[in-house]
Amino acid sequence: MVHVSATPVLALRGVSKRFGAVQALTDVELEVHAGEVVALVGDNGAGKSTLVKTIAGVHPIDDGVIEWEGKAVQVGKPQDAQALGIATVYQDLALCDNIDVVGNLFLGREIRRRGVLDEVEMERRSRELLDQLSIRIPSVRIPIASLSGGQRQVVAIARSMLGDPKLVILDEPTAALGVEQTAQVLDLVERLRDRGHAVILISHNMADVKAVADKVAVLRLGRNNGVFEVKSTSQEEIISAITGATDNAVTRRAARSNGESKK
Amino acid sequence: MSIDKTSAPPEDGVVENPEAAAGAATAVDPRLLVREQGFAGYVAEFKRKLKAGDLGSIPVVLGLVIIWIIFQSLNSNFLTAGNLSDISVAMVGTGMIAVGIVFVLLLGEIDLSVGSVSGVAGAAFAVLNITHGMNEVLAFVLAILTGTVAGAIHGFFFAKVGVPAFAVTLAGLLFWNGFMLKILGDNGTINLNADGLVANLTSYYFSDVAAAYGLAAVVTVLYFLSAYFGNKRREAAGVPSRPLSETILRTVLLAVVSFAAAFIFNQYKGLPLAVLIFVAVLFVTDFVLRRTSYGRKVFALGGSVEASRRAGINVTMVRISVFAISGTFAALGGLFIASKIASANQGAGGGDLLMNAIAAAVIGGTSLFGGRGRTWNALLGVLVIVSIQYGLALEGIASPVQYMITGGVLLATVVIDAVTRKTQKTAGRA
Repeated sequence: MVHVSATPVLALRGVSKRFGAVQALTDVELEVHAGEVVALVGDNGAGKSTLVKTIAGVHPIDDGVIEWEGKAVQVGKPQDAQALGIATVYQDLALCDNIDVVGNLFLGREIRRRGVLDEVEMERRSRELLDQLSIRIPSVRIPIASLSGGQRQVVAIARSMLGDPKLVILDEPTAALGVEQTAQVLDLVERLRDRGHAVILISHNMADVKAVADKVAVLRLGRNNGVFEVKSTSQEEIISAITGATDNAVTRRAARSNGESKK
Repeated sequence: MSIDKTSAPPEDGVVENPEAAAGAATAVDPRLLVREQGFAGYVAEFKRKLKAGDLGSIPVVLGLVIIWIIFQSLNSNFLTAGNLSDISVAMVGTGMIAVGIVFVLLLGEIDLSVGSVSGVAGAAFAVLNITHGMNEVLAFVLAILTGTVAGAIHGFFFAKVGVPAFAVTLAGLLFWNGFMLKILGDNGTINLNADGLVANLTSYYFSDVAAAYGLAAVVTVLYFLSAYFGNKRREAAGVPSRPLSETILRTVLLAVVSFAAAFIFNQYKGLPLAVLIFVAVLFVTDFVLRRTSYGRKVFALGGSVEASRRAGINVTMVRISVFAISGTFAALGGLFIASKIASANQGAGGGDLLMNAIAAAVIGGTSLFGGRGRTWNALLGVLVIVSIQYGLALEGIASPVQYMITGGVLLATVVIDAVTRKTQKTAGRA
């Protein structure tokens, strides 16, 4: 289901990013609407991670405009992105191994009571959240180091949901997961969309992309290489856009006319 | 780590709360940690932790008992009230420095300058108070602030400029030692006022027996009340709580230890002021580390700097503040050490002080790898080290042997730390 609203939650207009001599992103365009899952795909080194980091405020952009709900914004540091309502789950999860699940969920936004950490309330809300997302872990009071890779992934995603973000960015969320946990994460992604969150999903797994994404944005060598409607595009077309087997301009034109005919 | 203690999920035993019961219905997973209620469950949990290498303070407490037994069998004067009381007072200086070291070790860093900084604080107080006749309270505060500023400078070069902490604080070690010698001047030794504030730090005893017993009673009651009402709140919120029997068991253990200590102090001169201050410092620092968001940030940095940064933690400021704390406690420790000898001299802050402070933190159970430890570790560790010093001194054994034994104990502790980490990894709980 694509419920396309008038103004996208997030829009990138001609975004470029350089690292020294390396042009990581060139004039990248991207639009994400509320209640929409956009899959961001591309080969290794295509600029997916860099693009995500510019949105999340880790790397400020060099050129171009980031629009948030129709207004141009500056995203200079991660806090800016968080304040806007952008939550990012990175591939390396960014969890502290020595701290327990509750501590990690609330890291950086601890609930306090009279200036002191309110462990009871944090634990209660952690359990509530994990129950809602049907996440099963041995205990919310064991250190992250004791959890399996899949369990860490779901904890990291659960953590991004705490601030009730408008846009959730998931960087390869299913890469390290087993069959059942992959299905759980995909369920979770659909639940986020149904609640009206915008989701950017980075994935190498075409099956996952086809399963949950509404649109697929392809990056190739730091440039846009087409935006496809998932329903009307074959897997082969997407893969050829990723690998560069198609002519860029033609693909883009085809995707545009395709998209227009759908609407 | 006390956070593990509450890890029993409600999914197993009796559930009174309807909310928790709903949780029990959804989470039936054979991999969940199930713990029986009551004493049997406590023993089972303990065995599981032992197997998983989660030893906590057990090795150091056992080590301390063994050390005391050995020295007592060598010399029956060792476990007398007088000697134990002297050990308690003598350990406070090094112990204070070790508290600061625990903060730095939690970051996974090291501070080599604490010995020299402690010397500077003693010298600064002596020069300001004795040579310049400044008000002693003001001089005391300024001496402590000297340590804070020194630590903050180290923190700045480490966190902001990016110099490894090892190198910065090694430079600090040399610089502050030179600074101390400079302000002490040619004379070299300044005697402190024997009835003054600093001298009293280690020479004042609350001779009224009520003081020591009162402190023990207050500590026990406060512990019980906070544990009891904490558990009540947990029950009300429907999250797993510790059974009352366990709270009582812990309270009884605490009561036995604190009243035994009070009894021993009262056999001699009463409760030492130094011990009262040390215990207060341990309470406050432990509270800050485990119950405030600042403490949570320190632990987070010790776990993963990248995760902390992404969680919006101001990594630079936390790092600088931790080194400032380390410097502050070094200065406080330095004043206690100066108090013990009632003078500031050129040898202050040198010798084995730095190594003892770091060893105390590590022997007590603070991990060198960051992210694991409590300030109470400093108490246990320094108790081991000072016990060895006093025991050997009673035997008339000179410091070379003392260094070798302390070195051996330190090595044993670090080996235990490394091995338990390995065991924890294989048990999936590193």
